[in-house]
Amino acid sequence: MRFGARLALAVITLAVTATACGTPQDSGSRSQTTADCAPYARYAKHPGTEVTVYAENRDREADLFEETWADFADCTGIDVRYEGDGEFEAQIQLRVDGGSAPDLAFFPQPGLLERFARAGRLKPVSAGVAALAKQGWSADWNGYATVDGTLYGTPLVANVKSFVWYSPKFFRDKGLSVPRTWTELMAVTEKAAASGVKPWCAGIESAEATGWPVTDWIEDVLLRQQGTDVYDQWVTHKIPFNDPRVIEAMDTVGSILKNDRYANGGFGPARSMASISFQEAGTPVLSGDCAMHRQASFYADMWPEGTEIGPDDDVYTFLLPGADAASRPVLGGGVFTAAFADRPEVRAFQEYLASADFANARMKKGPFVSANKGVDPANAATPVDRLSIQLLQDPRTQFRFDGSDLMPASVGVGTFWRGAVDWIGGAGTRQVADSIERSWPSH
Amino acid sequence: MSFDAVAQQPKLLYLLQGVAAFAAVVSLILLALHRGPVRRRAAALLLLAPALLLLTVGILLPGLRTLALSFTDSGGDTWAGFDNYVWMFTDHGALVALRNTLAWVVLVPPASTVVGLLYAAAVARSRFRTFALSLLLTPMAISFVGAGVVWKFVYAYRPTGAGQIGLLNQLVVAFGGEPRQWLVDSPSNVLFLIVAMVWTQAGFAAVLLAGAIRGVPAELTEAARLDGASSGQIFLRITLPSIRPTLLVVLLAQAIGTFKAFDIVKTVTGGQFDTGVIAHEMYDQAFRYGETGRGAALAVLLFLLVTPFVAHQVRARRRAG
Amino acid sequence: MNGVRERLASRALTSVAVVIAILWTTPTLGLLLSSLRPEEEIKTTGWWTVFGAPHLTLDNYGEVLSGGANGSGRLAEHFVNSVVITLPSVLFPLVLAFFAAYALAWIDFRGRDALVVGIFALQVVPLQMALVPLLKLFSQGWLFLPAWHLTGPARFGQVWFAHTVFALPFAVFLLHNFLASLPRDLIEAARVDGASHGTLLLRIVLPLARPALVGFAVIQFVWVWNDLLVALTLSGGTAETAPMTVRLASLAGTYGNEWQRLTAGAFVAALLPLLVFFALRRHFARGLLAGSVKG
Repeated sequence: MRFGARLALAVITLAVTATACGTPQDSGSRSQTTADCAPYARYAKHPGTEVTVYAENRDREADLFEETWADFADCTGIDVRYEGDGEFEAQIQLRVDGGSAPDLAFFPQPGLLERFARAGRLKPVSAGVAALAKQGWSADWNGYATVDGTLYGTPLVANVKSFVWYSPKFFRDKGLSVPRTWTELMAVTEKAAASGVKPWCAGIESAEATGWPVTDWIEDVLLRQQGTDVYDQWVTHKIPFNDPRVIEAMDTVGSILKNDRYANGGFGPARSMASISFQEAGTPVLSGDCAMHRQASFYADMWPEGTEIGPDDDVYTFLLPGADAASRPVLGGGVFTAAFADRPEVRAFQEYLASADFANARMKKGPFVSANKGVDPANAATPVDRLSIQLLQDPRTQFRFDGSDLMPASVGVGTFWRGAVDWIGGAGTRQVADSIERSWPSH
Repeated sequence: MSFDAVAQQPKLLYLLQGVAAFAAVVSLILLALHRGPVRRRAAALLLLAPALLLLTVGILLPGLRTLALSFTDSGGDTWAGFDNYVWMFTDHGALVALRNTLAWVVLVPPASTVVGLLYAAAVARSRFRTFALSLLLTPMAISFVGAGVVWKFVYAYRPTGAGQIGLLNQLVVAFGGEPRQWLVDSPSNVLFLIVAMVWTQAGFAAVLLAGAIRGVPAELTEAARLDGASSGQIFLRITLPSIRPTLLVVLLAQAIGTFKAFDIVKTVTGGQFDTGVIAHEMYDQAFRYGETGRGAALAVLLFLLVTPFVAHQVRARRRAG
Repeated sequence: MNGVRERLASRALTSVAVVIAILWTTPTLGLLLSSLRPEEEIKTTGWWTVFGAPHLTLDNYGEVLSGGANGSGRLAEHFVNSVVITLPSVLFPLVLAFFAAYALAWIDFRGRDALVVGIFALQVVPLQMALVPLLKLFSQGWLFLPAWHLTGPARFGQVWFAHTVFALPFAVFLLHNFLASLPRDLIEAARVDGASHGTLLLRIVLPLARPALVGFAVIQFVWVWNDLLVALTLSGGTAETAPMTVRLASLAGTYGNEWQRLTAGAFVAALLPLLVFFALRRHFARGLLAGSVKG
């Protein structure tokens, strides 16, 4: 046993040294609170408890979340252990299967939430949360977190995807005006192209999620051409993925994105968008190498530091127009909280997150949009956030959720993204749509 | 908010407990063996029991269960017949993965073996042998994930006119070409991933083959040299035939490793741009998409594909030994 | 005449080797240099420009090792996890396979040959075949097996289990072949002297088997340290238990353009294997040899 013993000895020595070295020191436990705890009295006290949260958001977004609920945590005594992971989609399944589900997860895709709800893993919301949900969000929004009539979560974040970013100065210089109908949009596109500037820039590189910006484009156009009913049927597979009306929408998108005359401004031929990360894709708007960039409200955070956003500043945004000036189709996305545990402290935290108080507090900290009816647009950190909230609260808005987030995962985050990439790379519309249709799970 | 040493203590404690528990089990077995003349069968059972138990619980039963799961639907509960196998041979993504896997297995082992052989032949009898072989082995220490990062960087694309940060595009631009999206353009992007794999494997081949070349009896080569054979002839007629068993082992080992390669694809392209391979597609289906049945069917396919290679390998190694 | 041609041939071969060595080291060198450059420069200019205007910094390493609470880094924690995962995952299969191989090689019992073939045959089962059922076993139990319900650091146990199990068939195969080739009379002599199997195993066979044991240990170390699949699926993925490869793959996936994090991260992850590798250069080569040829 000489070899083994020596190895074991080495291990033990190492472990003991390491243990001894780690002299206990206060690892930055929260500073003594000075917060006013009155608003949190309704959540009761849960001293010594812990709630684990698992989500996709990291870095600054995560910091802002933690800052927002710091007072809640101090006042209720709940230790909120937040963890952000870029691999959320794949890891959440593994964690749940592996028996290490978080108490609370922030689901960026209702389809994913539904999967866990159907598998009986999620806990239905408490009566308190249900009441808040009913009061705070439209039936549409609550519907995304409802499975077979049971509500499993509440919307946390909302974003408006149908935005077109542009440079007001560039538009002025070129004599372009913000389009109010699809026809006008194409006129602006053509006018910019005629002036020697490629009108559109796009980037679809996003590691395993590469392709998603294209799927947003297609959904946006389908929603505009065919209206909400056809869109809903398509998302729920009541009509096939390769329905002629979908093909038509794809071809319309193709006439812009797959057209070397119209794209990819500032980067090169249309195909270059496959290598351009979505984060950097809008930058040519600033330099005047590209007139328009269609990307969600959260793109506000991705402009280079120092970029001013506003109607008379460096960049601003308009809603991707509908067929006519009166229609207001809005494609959006969102994040939903749902619980894998129903301990009182988890309930309390979920309830807090479902309150308009949380949304308003979070908005004051930095860029954030909530679809909660109780949020005050005045709290918005940026003009785009304010615009988004106004759109979401406007009764004339026809809001629809990002279809790929609602489809079964093997399509929504699988073949649809991959198909979109192939399509940008030159594959035919029919061929790609057929192949995605075939991949739809049969059950 | 930096490194939290206190938070590491439970882990190290657990490590300690784990090793201690294991040591206890081992000591018990040894103690029992020392106790008087244990019967042959009992002794064998005592020594084999832990391994057999683990193999049964950890490989045999799970393997059978995966086989069963491959005939069920996404949730893994409802019988689905051969649906998953039909899907596998009709779905675009799965077919592409199958095609790519075959390309990998056909190209990686010969390519890395040839590189390894040339290198081994040059350095086998040199003074700097150990150092030279280490150079080629470094990629192995860097891990597949690290290798993925390395090559992703080599293939990085910046549009024309912008400063290139990827080495390959810089070379292309330096010679007056247009930068290309190496990882995007299918199907050549599969080749670029294969290059990364070869890069990680050649060192392994070189070390083994250098060892084999050194094992060729000097009398044989000397005798041939005295007969007037050139070094090229000696290599082809004497060295190569003598190291044939090793060559076979190297080729087979790399084929087996290549079938299971997952990390490089995951790190470099995430299976996008039609670069998926079976091992990666299996992970996506089973874990990202929650399609347990399809994932299981792909695992079974992998098992069937790799079986003849492993069987051959076991035989080749026994012969070589 | 012949001599000239010989020298030419030998020189050609040497140049080929030099070219290969350069091709094989340049990408790594590029990554190393990049990891030492400031963020803006990595993203805008190639690493080769560093020779013109050297401007190096260790900032990237600071960031990936212990970046902010929700930052990209915290590799230091994952480093500890990698160590905690690797040590038992090397030790356990080594000892168990040694026991099994000894029994299979030196104890005569009925059904032995069938067992040898059976264990060897398990090498064909790819890891992928067992992942989903293992995951379900750990969380829900299966048949007569109870669920493990491991939480916190105890989840390391799952990873140890998977690595141990999947190393066993190969390890038994390797060690059995080695032990079976040991001189028979040596062991027979000891047995005649009345030595128990315990004594034989520890006093006689263990010292002789050392090269094979070290060889396997080195290969297994590199394999486990660099593993991504088992880690992704069974480690739970949290900063509490996931090893560095998981973190690095996640950085590559979601911060694909954040080269300053990726390059430094890749080197932090490779640090220990590189050290082990250069310290045990000879053993490593011998291990590979033992693992593939001797067996």
